[in-house]
Amino acid sequence: MIETLSQPWPWWVAGPLIGLIVPVLLLIGSKQFGLSTSFRQICAATAPGQIEYFRYDWKRGMWRLALILGIIGGAAIGATWLASPDPVIGISEATNSDLVALGITDFRGMVPSEFISWSGLLTLPGFVMVVVGGFFVGFGARYADGCTSGHAISGLSTFQFSSLIAVLGFFAGGLVATHLLLPLVFRAG
Amino acid sequence: MIEKKGLLPYVILGAFLGIVFTKGEVISWFRIQEMFRFQSFHMYGIIGSAVAVAALATWVIKRHELRTLGGEEIETKVKPSAGLNYRYWIGGSLFGLGWGLLGACPGPIYALIGNGITVMFVALFAALAGAWAYGYFAPRLPHH
Repeated sequence: MIETLSQPWPWWVAGPLIGLIVPVLLLIGSKQFGLSTSFRQICAATAPGQIEYFRYDWKRGMWRLALILGIIGGAAIGATWLASPDPVIGISEATNSDLVALGITDFRGMVPSEFISWSGLLTLPGFVMVVVGGFFVGFGARYADGCTSGHAISGLSTFQFSSLIAVLGFFAGGLVATHLLLPLVFRAG
Repeated sequence: MIEKKGLLPYVILGAFLGIVFTKGEVISWFRIQEMFRFQSFHMYGIIGSAVAVAALATWVIKRHELRTLGGEEIETKVKPSAGLNYRYWIGGSLFGLGWGLLGACPGPIYALIGNGITVMFVALFAALAGAWAYGYFAPRLPHH
């Protein structure tokens, strides 16, 4: 059993299970799946200043912070008891050779640890990926009023036009980052 | 305010999600690169099937006017279905830039921390700084 679960899960197992979160949240307490609101909550709890956007009752969304605590714990379970026997993720040959050409050599684990690591922060690509990337994830998600969970999953599954626009934006930005910014940064760094 | 006891189901649900994120490799920077290079069906399959299951289940909930376990009415409307509002396409594109660089959206940032990739605390802090900057500049940004 554990042996089977330890293998990487195919998309047709992982996808539907993620989709089930939406009805389960609705049935538990009429809650809408969306994780980037947690950024607003944490800012509101720690550094609201005089900013109107952060002066609201963030504690009403405590369920979301509980969900996130669970995500961190569950991920730890996935990475230890259910760790895959092969540390290298089976990405396609084409991606592999593109990333080698970009300058990545270590394909073990979830992230390229030459760059996404504490020592990697001192490299230009690592800094741009973690710090600049992180900043835009937070800024963009709040500006767009949702991220992958709120717009792509919750929003699209309830056929919201605004979510479709947001998701098209996600892809436009991701394509620019992948095909223009990353090659530039790797060449410079 | 929800009592502490009422939060346990969410912790359990989150743990389930954290396991699926990890085992489904949704949190892999490599998988996100593969997606933005259109070189595998994996991420499209995950997002597509998640949306399909969520849509079907939400339809059943609406169709049968199901209530929550506590007997409340269920509200499924998420965002106002307005037109081509600036906030969705500009904000969305900026989010996408970050997603492409970092290779992780908000849920996976937390899940990567759970995976022991502690540098993701820096990414989380940067994301919080980004959210804070949004809050600060929000009155001057185009939204509609």
